[in-house]
Parts: sequence; structure tokens; C-alpha cells
Amino acid sequence: MKFLQNIFDKMRPDFEKGGKFEKLYPLFEAKESFTFVTRDRTKNGAHIRDALDTKRMMSTVIVALIPCMLFGIYNVGYQHFRAYGFADPALMQCVIKGAWHVMPIIIVSYGVGGIWELIFAVARKHELNEGFLVTGLLVPLTLPPTTPLWMVAVGVSFGVVIGKEVFGGTGMNVFNPALTARAFIFFAYPAAISGDKCWRVVENTTFGAVGGTIVDGFSGATPLLVASTTDTMAVAERLAEFGQATGYADFSWTQSFVGLIPGSIGETSALCCLIGAAILLITGVGSARIMIGVMIGAVCMASLLNAISISAPTSMMAIPVKQHLVYGGFMFGLVYMATDPVSAAQTAIGKWIYGFLVGFLAILIRTINPAYPEGMMLAILFMNAFAPLIDYFVIAAHMKKRMRRSKESQAYA
Amino acid sequence: MADFRLKEGYDIPLVGEPADSVSAAPRPATVALKPGEFRGVKVRLLVDEGDVVKAGSPLACVKSREQQVFTAPMAGTVKAVVRGARRALMEIVIKPDEASDAVSFRQHDAVAIRGLARDVVLEQLLQSGLFNVFQQRPFGNVADPAVTPRSIFVSAFDTAPLAADTALIVQGNEAAFQAGLDVASQLASGKVHLSVDGRRFDLPKAFSEAKNVELHRFSGPHPAGCVGVQIHHVDPIKHRRDVVWTTTVQGLILIGRLFLEGRYVPDITIALSGSAVTAPKHYRTVVGANIASITNGNVEHGELRYISGDVLTGTTSTPDGHLNMKPSTLTVIPEATESEFLGWALPGFGRLSKYRTYPSAVLGGKKFAPDTKLNGGHRAFVATGYYEQVLPMDIYPMYLLKSILAQDFDEMEGLGILEVTEEEFALCEYACPSKVNVQQIIRDGLDLVEYDG
Repeated sequence: MKFLQNIFDKMRPDFEKGGKFEKLYPLFEAKESFTFVTRDRTKNGAHIRDALDTKRMMSTVIVALIPCMLFGIYNVGYQHFRAYGFADPALMQCVIKGAWHVMPIIIVSYGVGGIWELIFAVARKHELNEGFLVTGLLVPLTLPPTTPLWMVAVGVSFGVVIGKEVFGGTGMNVFNPALTARAFIFFAYPAAISGDKCWRVVENTTFGAVGGTIVDGFSGATPLLVASTTDTMAVAERLAEFGQATGYADFSWTQSFVGLIPGSIGETSALCCLIGAAILLITGVGSARIMIGVMIGAVCMASLLNAISISAPTSMMAIPVKQHLVYGGFMFGLVYMATDPVSAAQTAIGKWIYGFLVGFLAILIRTINPAYPEGMMLAILFMNAFAPLIDYFVIAAHMKKRMRRSKESQAYA
Repeated sequence: MADFRLKEGYDIPLVGEPADSVSAAPRPATVALKPGEFRGVKVRLLVDEGDVVKAGSPLACVKSREQQVFTAPMAGTVKAVVRGARRALMEIVIKPDEASDAVSFRQHDAVAIRGLARDVVLEQLLQSGLFNVFQQRPFGNVADPAVTPRSIFVSAFDTAPLAADTALIVQGNEAAFQAGLDVASQLASGKVHLSVDGRRFDLPKAFSEAKNVELHRFSGPHPAGCVGVQIHHVDPIKHRRDVVWTTTVQGLILIGRLFLEGRYVPDITIALSGSAVTAPKHYRTVVGANIASITNGNVEHGELRYISGDVLTGTTSTPDGHLNMKPSTLTVIPEATESEFLGWALPGFGRLSKYRTYPSAVLGGKKFAPDTKLNGGHRAFVATGYYEQVLPMDIYPMYLLKSILAQDFDEMEGLGILEVTEEEFALCEYACPSKVNVQQIIRDGLDLVEYDG
């Protein structure tokens, strides 16, 4: 690889101060540090440094996202063929159809977001931040497969610029940029990301069920939407029965855990999320405190609502606890969104409180909010806003303890 | 004896650990006093190039307190006075002669030392220049003789990577070490605290049976051996006038010999370690010895970094520079010269990391010979919780660092800046994925609080 290094060395003067492409230095730095780990030496302080850098951390998160991404691609195709009555569509058929719809969204997300990153890096004269590698993949996985590409572009732009860069870039943002992007699309174009039309690809002209017809009585609803619109039947029964007659949907716990249900691209499979969680926890990149906290909070709230719902079996409060955990964006948010080290609480105690409240609120919003039967996104964004406050109180208590000790000892002296 | 078990920390698995043997290093061609090593004071030069000095004669003094002098470790001729940026006095280099004349001081026997008055002890320490082996906290400056410290803390073990074995340092110097402790105990209003390695069963008797001290047992990975961590757990510094002094085993031995023998005997034992050293082991040499006298013929070829101290906190030196007075380790490691293609994306079996994003950390057991690569670009803080994993103190490291950057004095004190120096944060700097210069930030914070707070 010596020759590559030589080429870079030859290019370097053009990009450094006074060179003709001086303004584009962040681009050069990014390219060089992506191909070679930077050659910079330690100057003062610790003479050796750990091999772990932010790039490695962020790429670990991407590795953890790969199961969800691959399964999401498959499932988008699978849901399409089920809508056309294929009980057991071939794997490759599903993958090709899924990829046809998912890959453009991912490419647009990375492309548009990357351009914004570069613009800000050049304007601010700092290096390209690796955080975008994660955001660029998280955004597509939280969107329905039918999201128009221009909407993806607008959403990512909002997420990167308003969600992150206006605060000063990676490490400084208050809200998770990927969720900010999703929230923007959610509030700006609600029709594209809620209701029963967006979760399944029904267009069948390319790679799809060409010439097929949609099964009778088809509805693209997600389990949570079904649960929220039940008025005559108990929720649990309605979920068990939904789609079974014509076989285009199966909302049983196992199917939902595996992820063969309609929903946002990457969120449906609790199993893949758990694989991702294992990768994040084993490598030490994700916070176990937050993940467990979210889980406890959600189980508490769901059990509480279950207890209340005995008198109202048709309300969403009656969704069994274990179903809550596998439906919607709960697991995906728990593993990949709530644990974002920048926007989450940063103290150990704070992480427990933050995690617990995310889970608690997610289930509360999901069941009580009449407008939209999902709450993970809003719960995390809400707690993002409160995370600094939680940390503030933890730190204030810590400082108070030390100041009291200081005062007491000065009083004796 | 109190027992402290510390969980947080990390022993970096490095190649180049010094063997248990001690050899005599050749007599150095030059020795030097390095006033820059003594923080927090301005220094005035007292000699000129060409002056003839004895071992123990003053070479420089503290500007504001002239009785606090820095002395020559060996007799000889002042060969050079090296000044750095803004004319700061960097090195006073002495070419030792054969005569080895020494200034004579009062000699005491071991029992009499325990009965000496504080001002007698203080005067002899100041005149000999060995008073300067004491550091003062808060702020980590060289001690101020006008202050009576609340207590004195000594760590009897060094957990830093590739550090010298204090058991070898004290070997043969047991009486001098005890005499040093006795001298120190006259200086503080309270006790002398000696912390020993709780992970070791074969503690030298000089430590386990030391008299006139309060003994503590600390077990845990680095930085359990850092005196700042030990103070924090035994009896933390509570406010800025709550002064404690610290020193090293080596420093106490120097003091002990001064009082027992009536002259400044500059003999020390240091470890020559690091992956670029052909046969790392301990050497007997003198304070401020020329580094080449120890490394000549003992290091590998190629571009090397010579560090007076350990790889986390030591200062970079030239191959013909001189040892600092405080550290007992001289580390030589390879400089970074090549970059690894796609190094961040490959599995990285050969890369040293504490974290399991690298398989080397999962497999464990292997030792590494890292060079001086930064291993990444400087980035903003990311609250990974990694600092907390290597800092066994009741301190929120990232909040402390941010309060320093924000220059918020109340927060800095509330978050415990008075209890730390850069040494305790060295591992945070090693572990930081954003490659933040943590130690420099802590030092900036200490300076801010000391001079402006």
C-alpha cells in the first residue's frame, strides 16, 4: 500500500494551509483517515493511545445494524408477496423486490446527509465526523418502505442540519439526529408515515408479483394500528384473528418476534434487534444500563395498563405485555436510538432514570395517544430533551456532597 | 491497616517489562538538574558555566524563597546552562569530576532522627535541595516550606505501565527508607501515610513493617498505585488550604541517606523498559544521569522515543538528554512511522485495545508493543463512559473536563479538581476514543483555579 500513501503525500500540500484546495482539507483528511489510520503522533501527555477511535465505534454500530438492514430488505419483499396471496414466497424474490425499494432510500440518505456533513466541515474547518455513518443508515431503517425519495432527502437534511450541525456537530447535539429526521417527516408529511397505506409495498410492476391481484379485504395495517382501531372485539383476539382468513398477515408473537410483520424497514424484527444489542453490549459500545432501563420501564407501564384494562378489553391498554415488546419500533428504539451516547443521559444513575422513563413513556404514548398508535420515537425525543436535566440533578447532588464536606472541614480548621 | 479494593482501572499489556535484576549503569558523562520539572515556582540561576560545584551545592533557587535551593547531584564543572522558550531554565548540565567532593551536612543516627525538631529537619532538607522531592497538593506543585501540610502520602508501589519495581528500589536501602519516613513524619502536622500493593504477597519488610506511618493496602489495576487516587480514598483534600505533600520511595531513600551519612548521595535505582529496549531491566545510576549512559547499546535501531517516566505521564527526551528527578522509569518505545491501510476497518488482531471492538481485547493474554501513533483524529467528546471505567475515584471525569473548558470555577471545585492532578487522568487520555488531550486540560484547569480562582 506504499504507493497509495505516496500519492496522498504528494497531494497533501495542495490541501494544507496555503494550498490551492485549502478549503477542502476536511475532505482530504477524511479520505486519508479512512484509508489509513491517521499517522499523527502523540505529542505530549500519554505517549501511547488505545487503538479504539470514534470511527471504529461508529462502524461497530453499523455492524450491529446489518442484521436489521438485511432482514428489513427481505421483509419488505416478503410483505409485498403476502399482500398478493403468496403464502411462501421465495427468498431471492423477496430480497430483490425489497432491495429495489430499500436501497434507493439508503443511497439517498447517505448521499444527501454526506453532502451536508461536508458543507459544514468545510465551513467550520473541522474534520468530517463519523457520526453520520450511523445516522445515514438509521434514518432509512426507521422509515416505511414507500417513503418518496425526495422526502427522505428533505428529512435527512433536517435531521443533519437542525438536529445536529446547528448545535455544533457530533457530540454537541441535544436530539438524536436520525429521530429528528424521522420526526420531521412524521409531522410534516403525516400521510406518508402513518395510517394503513404506507407500510407495505403494493406496487407490483418491477420485480413484484407481476400481474397478481391483491387479496380480498387487504389492509396494510401494522399490529399497533389494528389494536388501536378495534371497537367490538377484545384486542388480543382481534390481533390473533387479523389477516388470518386470507392469510396475508400473521401478528402472532413468534411471527412478530422474528419480524415478518409490516412496519418501518428495519424495525420489525425484534430478533435482529437483539442480535444487534448483543454486538453492542459485547463490544461495550452500547449502554446496558439504558437498554435494561427501557425494558423495565416498558414492562412496568404495560403491566399497569393491562391491570386497568380489565374493564375495557377493547382499548389498546389491553395489548399483552409481551406483545408490546415485539410490536412497532420498541426494540429498534431500545437498542439503537435510546443508547445514542450523545443524546442520552451521561451519568450512570442518569442512564437508569433516562432508560426507565423512555420505556415508560413509550408505552404510555403508544396506548393513550389517540392520534398515532406508536410512541417510541416521541418518548426518546422527549427524554433526549430531559436527559441534560436528569444529569444536572445527578451532578448537582454530587457537587453538593463535596461542597458540604469542604465547608465542614473548613469550619473545624 | 486499611484495605482498599479498587475495581476501575486498566493494566495495559505491554512488551518490555523490566526484569527483576539490577545492574550498575556506567558512570554518566554528564548529569543535569532540570528545574522545569519542579512545577509552580520561578527559578533563579546561581551558577555560571565553568563554575566548579560540589555534590549538594546550590545551582539555582526559587525566586520568591531563596532558602529553597536546587543542588548539584554530583561534584564537577557546570558545562552548560540550557534555556528554553521565554528563557525558562531547562537544564543545568554538570560534567562530573573524579574528586567527588560533597558539601557536608549534619549526620544523625537512626534513633536521633526521630527526635529532631521540625525546623532542624526543614533546614537540612532545604540546604541539601532534597526538600524538592516533596510535591504539594492541591495543584501538584513543588512543596512550599512555609506551609505545614496536614499529612504526607507516599505510594510504595508503581502500577504505571512498565514501571520500576519499588521492592528493588528499596532493596539494600531499608534503613535509609525508614530514616526518610522518620524525617518526613516531623514535617506534617498529621501522619505519614504509606500505601502498599495489596496484590502482592511478598512485600518487602521495609514496607510492611515500616514504623512511624499509617499503612494502607491498595489492590487494583493502574492507577491504584497513583498517590492521588490513594489520598482520595484515605482522606481526600477538602479545600484549597487543605494541603498535603506527596513523595516517592526513591525520594525518601535520598533523604534518609542525607541524614544518616551527612551528605547528598544521589544513588537511585531505575527501570529501563519498553519494547525498543533489548534487555529491559533495572539499573543503579544517579539523579539526573545522562540517558545515553543507560541506554547505550541497550536499545534497538530505528526512530525511537525516549521517555523519562512511564508511557502515560513521562516527558519526551532526546537520546542524550537527562533523567528527571521524580520518575523511576526510563521508557524507550518506537516512534510511529507507518500507517496501517484501512486500519480502523480490519479486525485488528495485532492492535492494542482495551475494548472488545478489537478481537485482541476479546482473546486477551497477549502483550503488545505499540508505537506513538495517535490512532485516530481529534474529535468532540462522546459520552462513552470509558473514562469512568479507568478512574477509581468518586469523580465525574467528563463533567470535570467540560467545566474546565467552560472555565466555570465553582463547578471545577465542586467536581473535585482540587483532588486530582494530570497523573490520575492519564489512563482516561489513553482510552479516549476522541483522542482528547485529557492531561493538558486537567493541568490548564489546575492552573486556572490556582492563579485565578
